[in-house]
Amino acid sequence: MSFSIIGTGSALPKTIQTNDDLTEYFETSNEWIVSRTGIEARHICIEESILDIALEASLNALDNAHINPKELDLIICPTLGGDTVTPSLACLIQEKLEATCPSFDLNAACSGFIYGLDLADAYFCRNREMKILVVAVDAMSKLVDWKDRSTAVLFGDGAGAAILSNGDDLKAIRLTSVGNQHALCIPWAKGNHPLLKDQETPSPYLLMDGDEVYRFAVAAICNDLKTVVKQAGITFEDLDFIIPHQANLRIIKSAAKRLKIPMEKFALQINSCGNTSAASIPLVLDEMNRQGKLKPGMRIALSAFGGGLTTGACVLEWSKKSF
Amino acid sequence: MVFEKVVEILRNYKEEPELEVSMDSTFEELELDSLDTVELVMEMEESFDTSIEMDTELKTIADVVGLIEKAIA
Ligand SMILES: CC(C)(COP(=O)(O)OP(=O)(O)OC[C@H]1O[C@@H](n2cnc3c(N)ncnc32)[C@H](O)[C@@H]1OP(=O)(O)O)[C@@H](O)C(=O)NCCC(=O)NCCS
Repeated sequence: MSFSIIGTGSALPKTIQTNDDLTEYFETSNEWIVSRTGIEARHICIEESILDIALEASLNALDNAHINPKELDLIICPTLGGDTVTPSLACLIQEKLEATCPSFDLNAACSGFIYGLDLADAYFCRNREMKILVVAVDAMSKLVDWKDRSTAVLFGDGAGAAILSNGDDLKAIRLTSVGNQHALCIPWAKGNHPLLKDQETPSPYLLMDGDEVYRFAVAAICNDLKTVVKQAGITFEDLDFIIPHQANLRIIKSAAKRLKIPMEKFALQINSCGNTSAASIPLVLDEMNRQGKLKPGMRIALSAFGGGLTTGACVLEWSKKSF
Repeated sequence: MVFEKVVEILRNYKEEPELEVSMDSTFEELELDSLDTVELVMEMEESFDTSIEMDTELKTIADVVGLIEKAIA
């Protein structure tokens, strides 16, 4: 089956922190962060709730698609978690939009947006006449340890959304999962049942084996892009743009070199946003849409990887006439 | 054998065919940061068709040669 993207939207929290701002929290430097990651600044939710940015991105996408929230048949929210465990972020977005459709969250970490597209695609198999909002939102600034410089500098907060409708944009899609707690993990509250022994509470914040994730990420982009391009019956030359998950510029450059694809084909926003987890790909997609860079007939590949470990990639043929 | 191959991979990676490398050369002297060493390990995995655990810190070419010899033994 397939669908078309008829609108995009995004939102970033107001507070911007540059690399120099982070030198107040731990020993680091702009030089280290830029040379290792390509990141110069990130947006952090201070005044905004996670719901605030999710809602803003959703409203922008609805506006761009020229549809009313009441027309939505489904809201899928790829996220590691909103402001509350329950209600889900998707339900709170639904309430604020005054939409009436089923709504739920989906956790596939940084690959969440592609997982959301794949799931939506399955709904279109059941009913072509649907309008689906996929709004990917994460506030990594609340999940990383601000005492750990090796991870805190990498991430930022944001939200990116797309409205999907009957159509034929999606040409190929692929998801993978390989369970692995060691490479990347964010532990959860343990509970306080009286029978639970007083164990030492582990840090609730993100733990990561940077080298392992780096190697996994480069391999994921290479394998997934090769596979979806083949599935779509095209070659890398036929692609107008590739939007990779924005985790680390060095990862993207390494994959580009291995695949022999010029860096100019890769759409980048990492310098100003860092790694915004599930939001990273739809944030770039919306920026390109708003800048008028996407024209009907253009072929775009998306490629993501993240905690789980999960990966996802797809090929889209853009059909939306203009922003 | 392993050393010669490592030198070849390194020269290709740095795009410097004349690069002087010895067993004692450190990555720092070769102006390679820790992510370059990850890249090199990935290239060596492909070249030697093996998987290399990066559990020890790599500072010199001798460290890398040792790691590969262990992996292909
Ligand atoms: C995290 C990452 C940038 C670390 O890069 P690295 O060069 O391997 O860094 P290391 O952890 O080996 O640290 C190298 C040195 O820099 C130091 N360092 C780490 N973070 C630093 C920082 N923010 N500022 C300054 N120095 C830092 C370390 O302490 C270490 O110093 P030492 O050699 O004196 O002990 C890299 O592994 C990476 O990007 N991995 C992928 C992560 C990712 O994308 N995760 C999300 C996936 S969705």
